[in-house]
Amino acid sequence: MKRNAPLVVAFIAGLVVLVGGFIPREPFPSIESTLIDWFMIISGFAILLGQASLLHLNITRVKEKMPNWPYYLAGLISFALMLIVGLLWGMEQTPGLLGQGDGIVKSLGAKPFDYLFTNAFIPLSATMFSLLAFYIASAAYRAFIIRTFESNLLMITAVIVMLGRTSFAQLLTGWIPDKLSFLRLPELTNFIMEYPNTAAQRAILISAALGIVGASLRIILGIERSYLGGGK
Amino acid sequence: MKKISLLFITILMGLFPLAIWANQPVFTAEDMPWDDGTAVLLKWNLDSKADSLSLQKADSLGVYHEFFNEFSTQGQHIESSLEIGGTYKYRLIAYNRAAGDSSVFTGSATTKAQWFDMNKLSLLILLGLVCGAILYYIYLGRKGKELFIRRISGLDSMDEAIGRATEKGKPILFVPGLSDLGDIQTIAALNILSPLAQKSAEYGTELLVPCRSSMVMSAARETVKEAYMQAGRPDAYREENIFYLSDDQFGFVAGVDGIMLREQPAANFFLGAFWAESLILTETGFGTGAIQTAGTGQPHQLPFFVVTCDYTLIGEELYAASAYISRDPQQLGSLKGHDFGKLLVIILVLVGVVTEILGWGWFKHFFEGGGG
Repeated sequence: MKRNAPLVVAFIAGLVVLVGGFIPREPFPSIESTLIDWFMIISGFAILLGQASLLHLNITRVKEKMPNWPYYLAGLISFALMLIVGLLWGMEQTPGLLGQGDGIVKSLGAKPFDYLFTNAFIPLSATMFSLLAFYIASAAYRAFIIRTFESNLLMITAVIVMLGRTSFAQLLTGWIPDKLSFLRLPELTNFIMEYPNTAAQRAILISAALGIVGASLRIILGIERSYLGGGK
Repeated sequence: MKKISLLFITILMGLFPLAIWANQPVFTAEDMPWDDGTAVLLKWNLDSKADSLSLQKADSLGVYHEFFNEFSTQGQHIESSLEIGGTYKYRLIAYNRAAGDSSVFTGSATTKAQWFDMNKLSLLILLGLVCGAILYYIYLGRKGKELFIRRISGLDSMDEAIGRATEKGKPILFVPGLSDLGDIQTIAALNILSPLAQKSAEYGTELLVPCRSSMVMSAARETVKEAYMQAGRPDAYREENIFYLSDDQFGFVAGVDGIMLREQPAANFFLGAFWAESLILTETGFGTGAIQTAGTGQPHQLPFFVVTCDYTLIGEELYAASAYISRDPQQLGSLKGHDFGKLLVIILVLVGVVTEILGWGWFKHFFEGGGG
């Protein structure tokens, strides 16, 4: 029963959504939106599970003074701080338990939650994102080391595309006569991006779509049950 | 001969009013074809002297109110969010302000919900063919027919990765993407997590699964727990190893990077939906010297994975992984169905190229969703 019930639910839900994709009339659109609503409700409850897991994990590590425990303590303090200021004064236009907190807004320039969000959370997030620039450089260096014909080709293409995206490209190849304008770097870049690149990406997308059809069919028919832990 | 001449003249006379009508200003209101019965399609073809227009709808008292006035001599407007089965009256006033003239056209339409969206006919045919092929090969697999499936090195290497982690006494890190459970990529990742967890249970290697979504965490816990039970090692299952980190994209990345640097996992698996963080994750993993396998359905992230990972699952390989690992003949049969789908797409692309060269636009139009 524990195994069959999810399979039956998956079969019915999958079939209804699949059929509803082709039949625009009621009751299919309503069923689909109801299923989405159910998913959102379950997600809402699951958030509590996530927070509980986060707290349990961090408290245990701090209690047991596991290696790097101060980091977990910092995580717990940040969690508690955001939760408390959010509950007390709310965020943006939403009031908290103590109302809009006009006094504190005057001194900080924003509600404490918004202040911390803008001045601590966003810079930290941006810092993580900015690491991408350095990682792209190191990954590109490895990818462009000329070892094989393919890596050579990749490097040449990448140089054309990178140069073609800068104003320097016009400076370098702007002198090429109009008759041979296709040889100008911006034109070459556009060609590479529009044709070979798009073709390759579409091939991957089509193959992924076929994979999705196969995987969905296996799940609907109950052949694929690994997500339930496997078994027959 | 005389009869033929008479017939010819009759046809010409019959066509004459049609020719006149073709040049006449026209306004039509009709139920939007193949929809859920909540829209009306309004079309017009105005006199070339017209310079502005006003499209109006009658309310329950019969009073007209303007709702659209963007001018074009030939055009159409779809009025949506209407009631199913309702009758709506419309009026189009075409102005020729230079001559101080105007013409009024009226039309009405009754909305009707359709039983089938004909614009999706091509999709239904393709889906039917691909699903039919998959079911046929599943049937063959069930009957015991040997099916050849090409090797996917990224999946063949799973044992190697787990073995290496076991030898080094280091954990395995599995990230099921950053998407929620509603994404098929996440389901595919969980399908791979199951056999991976089973093997890690057999080898006695620790498995870490940080999750961005609480729903994914719950599903992953169930998957791993069942897998450990299947492996006969329920005692080795540690719920706290499958944990929620953060819903924030870069907060999650910071958390996973921290785990990689502190715990130094010997094998990293990044399977599921990834976006801008893909390179940050895998480059950090590369720095720690872990053996890395990645797979995603996001084509923009694949180049990053190819550069930084030892093995990459491209396109449908991510969705085929679980079937491939299980070696279950039924599931392998479905993979053979994918190959049929690819062959079908290749044929359609070639036919499409030929028909477009020959100027037969109907083929492309049909597959673009113009079935109706």
